[in-house]
Amino acid sequence: MSNKKWWLIALAFCLLLATISPLASSSPDGLEKVAEDKGFIETAGEAPFEIIADYVFPGIENEAVATILAGWIGTLLLFAIAYGLTWLIRSRRGGVATQ
Amino acid sequence: MHIPDGFLNTATVVTTGVVSAGGVANAVRIANKKLGEKHIPMMGILAAFIFAAQMLNFPVAGGTSGHVIGAALVAILLGPWAAVIIMSVVLIAQSLIFQDGGLLALGANIFNMGVVAGFSAYYIYRIMGSLLGDSNRSRLVAGFVAAWASVLLASIACAIELAVSGTSPLSVVLPAMAGVHALIGIGEGLITVAVVSVVLSTRADLLKLQRI
Repeated sequence: MSNKKWWLIALAFCLLLATISPLASSSPDGLEKVAEDKGFIETAGEAPFEIIADYVFPGIENEAVATILAGWIGTLLLFAIAYGLTWLIRSRRGGVATQ
Repeated sequence: MHIPDGFLNTATVVTTGVVSAGGVANAVRIANKKLGEKHIPMMGILAAFIFAAQMLNFPVAGGTSGHVIGAALVAILLGPWAAVIIMSVVLIAQSLIFQDGGLLALGANIFNMGVVAGFSAYYIYRIMGSLLGDSNRSRLVAGFVAAWASVLLASIACAIELAVSGTSPLSVVLPAMAGVHALIGIGEGLITVAVVSVVLSTRADLLKLQRI
């Protein structure tokens, strides 16, 4: 398998994970559960603005579709940001670039 | 384990913010010296994987769910400073775009899930690796333990921050956080080992990249 193909399969796998995200457990996570049980969940503040709050793309009625869309956007965005940032950090090197 | 705004007091927000900012700056400085061309797609894929995998909450006992942190996986594959960078990128995006984790709590979340989880996983993996020897099986055992411990230690750091902030007494929040995350950590261990073994069997060369 060529290297390029391996990376494409890896990215496709990440998108597949995002696609099955509506199947995720909706129970509170460890910290939320502790905050509920120990009575400090109310101290959580509201976010000052919302973009794709709680991984649900706004304005889409079907919540599973809205979640999948949020997952795809986030997965591709994170790939692009981390790839770009790593490229940028590396390119700003003073000396001779090494392998 | 994403702390929302409101759980931490100002002193804790500032302290963790300063520590994490210093950590990220140092991570970038080290990465600048050590990053090779082969690291670039790997960093992108790991950030994408962690984002997607963190959406998949799995049930643990008692009406609670957990999801992977992912710092252990990055630390094992690319080193602890790479884990700080990747976790920071993921946590900043989650906070700004997906309203998961508070904006003011970003420093604490980067400290717990990036610095604490990444460094603890890296050193536990290395120490166990040198004790167990250099076989693929020992790598997977070491990976499981390192990933499990990274979740537990991150949750302990989180509990201490909550206690210092006066949100909940340490005697209450520490056993509660450590207890549930000892369970969630099993999921982290299994998923980390699964990914490392897939990389080992399909692209073993990627495990030989210089650690950052």
